[in-house]
Amino acid sequence: MSPRVVFPNKILPYLLVAPQLAITLVFFYWPASQALRQSMLREDPFGLSSKFVWFDNFKKVLSDPNYLNSIQVTAIFSISVAAVAMGTALLLAVMAEKVVRSRGLYRTLMIWPYAVAPAIAGMLWLFLFNPSIGSLAYGLRWLGINWDPLLDGEQAMALVVAAASWKQISYNFLFFVAGLQAIPKTLIEAAAIDGAGENKRFWTIVFPLLAPTTFFLLVVNTVYAFFDTFGIIHAVTGGGPGKATETLVYKVYNDGFVNLILGDSAAQSVILMVIVIALTAVQFRYVEKKVHYG
Amino acid sequence: MAEPKALPPASGHDKLMIGQSVTGIYVAHAILILGIVIVAFPIYYTFVASTHSLQTILRPPLPLLPGDRFFENYAEALFGGVGRIGGVSVATLLFNTTVVALGIAIGKIIISLLSAYAIVFFRFPLRMTFFWLIFITLMLPVEVRILPTYKVMVDLGLIDTYTGLIVPLIASATATLLFRQFFLTIPGELVEAARVDGAGPWRFFWDILLPLSRTNIAALFVILFIYGWTQYLWPLLVTNRNDMNTIVIALRKMISFADADTEWHLVMVTSMLAIVPPILVVVLMQRWFVRGLVDTEK
Repeated sequence: MSPRVVFPNKILPYLLVAPQLAITLVFFYWPASQALRQSMLREDPFGLSSKFVWFDNFKKVLSDPNYLNSIQVTAIFSISVAAVAMGTALLLAVMAEKVVRSRGLYRTLMIWPYAVAPAIAGMLWLFLFNPSIGSLAYGLRWLGINWDPLLDGEQAMALVVAAASWKQISYNFLFFVAGLQAIPKTLIEAAAIDGAGENKRFWTIVFPLLAPTTFFLLVVNTVYAFFDTFGIIHAVTGGGPGKATETLVYKVYNDGFVNLILGDSAAQSVILMVIVIALTAVQFRYVEKKVHYG
Repeated sequence: MAEPKALPPASGHDKLMIGQSVTGIYVAHAILILGIVIVAFPIYYTFVASTHSLQTILRPPLPLLPGDRFFENYAEALFGGVGRIGGVSVATLLFNTTVVALGIAIGKIIISLLSAYAIVFFRFPLRMTFFWLIFITLMLPVEVRILPTYKVMVDLGLIDTYTGLIVPLIASATATLLFRQFFLTIPGELVEAARVDGAGPWRFFWDILLPLSRTNIAALFVILFIYGWTQYLWPLLVTNRNDMNTIVIALRKMISFADADTEWHLVMVTSMLAIVPPILVVVLMQRWFVRGLVDTEK
């Protein structure tokens, strides 16, 4: 930062940062440090005494088949959500860039789901696909599909992926539109004059130039699928059936609050913390520099 | 990243760029309309369901057009109280959610404005330490410290209070970073001129900085209002009493899949009431919303 003109004042700046700092210390740093401490303690079943066990909780968590299952579920869930939400949004954004008529109307209608809470998005989809009263479930059964997401793990996964992606389309759409508008039209027209077809123009010019946007959205969508979809899982499947939709965040909540296994839950929290730090680092390293591959 | 442009002039016709075909444009419209149908259908169908009687809803498929129970259903949910959530009316839930969303949005804006102001316009020991302390909170979302944070809330007696619902969520690195970024673009000459004219730090903040930040504040407000309105995990943890729930949490409690006594028509009304206010904010403040979205994520 360049030296800049500032106000000479000894006490005021501390007063100004005080509110934010106080909240940060009490509600962020203190609990986070407690999570770190707890992750290395093991309590007896009655919670009367605890002893320091170093990394035993981590070893236990990482060798627990349920946790490994949860990692797999989270991976499948995140990849599916990112792929569906980004693919759909990119297709719609490219189409929206082509048309002039009613472009504003399309955008206005497209951003609605952003305002819907993830948990509500989940409930709306569940209402449509509820095996007993859902109208679309009725349609699926009419087509001869044996539809019951409350019993079938894969169908439950499909349902939460659909709800989570649906909600994220708006966001991705707006960013893809912004990214597309930043690409010089002359470039595309030049290619057209040289005889490149529509598909070829997209894959050789537009898509590579969109790389920074795509990469940025990939990180954002991953973070979203990891953390912000807790509401969808909690409201729609409760991690079930079995443990078919138990994501990492849901498991931390479930082990800590429902099953009350404190050490394990804390160790899982710390693992999640490492994941967030890694994702944030990636986001800032690459996105801030606005990578261009071309 | 460029901001998506606002509505282009209503020329009425799609102008063809070089290399575009008329068929291509029609296909584009068709795909967009299909996209809109997918995006809007769940919301539309919820509205339809909210205007039918419970009996109609329980016998799928549901008609595609609204029924005639609009007023009965909405009045019953809003003022009558819903059995499954202890007789609390949806009006109470809406009130709670509004308080929480406004509290979070306004609280976040105020404390981040203040801390960004201190960090940019003053020099004091530990300045960068504070900056980093705030910055690192980006990496500590509630989800990774659920239990210990809950314990803090219990120790401070904040369960089932508005303070408990709002205050822990108003510390945000994003907003502080955004304001810092913006303040850094304000030329030093402006500060100097203000000082020469005898304006103190408070006067400068109030008369110059705040008016200059208006657009940023509006943009951030939309994003944060939605953020507050759609919170789930946090209200789930810190509220036990039915009358302190936010509307999203209450909705979850109203649905039961095991038994048939879910009052689906009221659930659908509540869903509508839960999604319409934030949708209105996003649609009516679309310009700032898009700006805020693109800015906060940069």
